[in-house]
Amino acid sequence: MIEIPSTILDAIESYLIKQYPLEGCGLISADISFDKLDTVVGWFPCKNKAKSAKLYELDPVDYLKADRAAEDKLQQIIGVVHSHTHSDPYPSPTDVNNAPDPSWHYVIVSLRFPSPSTRSYKILDGKINEEKIVIT
Amino acid sequence: MEVEVRLPTVLRQHANGAAVVKVDAANIGEVLSELASKYPGMSGQLLTESGELHKFVNVYLNDDDVRYLDKLDTKLNDGDTISILPAVAGGSD
Repeated sequence: MIEIPSTILDAIESYLIKQYPLEGCGLISADISFDKLDTVVGWFPCKNKAKSAKLYELDPVDYLKADRAAEDKLQQIIGVVHSHTHSDPYPSPTDVNNAPDPSWHYVIVSLRFPSPSTRSYKILDGKINEEKIVIT
Repeated sequence: MEVEVRLPTVLRQHANGAAVVKVDAANIGEVLSELASKYPGMSGQLLTESGELHKFVNVYLNDDDVRYLDKLDTKLNDGDTISILPAVAGGSD
């Protein structure tokens, strides 16, 4: 389960719509506390270095800046968000093969239809488990 | 010289949970070798078998990605901070 405030979810979807038709990406953060790592409190849009409609490569320097900004607020990065511009919000083989951290939340926003569709997953040893998104 | 290395969450399990560790090294390559030696669980995640920086990892000297400096030969100064973060990528295909 992941909790996302509606204001942050709106900001995420608006940002990704602006990147369309290219895939967009960014990082989400939570307060550093073992019982709060599933509650999103921060959103850091990042450039897609791949500049592609089918791939994303999160800009490494944007990641470094986000990581430091989160730490300054006593937060830590807990997951990555990206858009699928022409397919369902389900992890592709590329997403699974590149998933860097089993503790992360992998949020995918599909822009296939006019209204964004957002889902979240955990990916552990190549296995995909969808988790509930609670919008607060 | 002694430098501070900031570890991503995915590597901290190999360093007893530490977010920051200190190592003695003169360049980035020595930092990674030292980490792999002190924390064997990290070895395959930092360097390839041929000793190159693994493509799934980004290493920064202060604010700069070392791939755009001298890569593993990038020299260090006292007080430098090294950050290691996973490369994050994917897509719809």
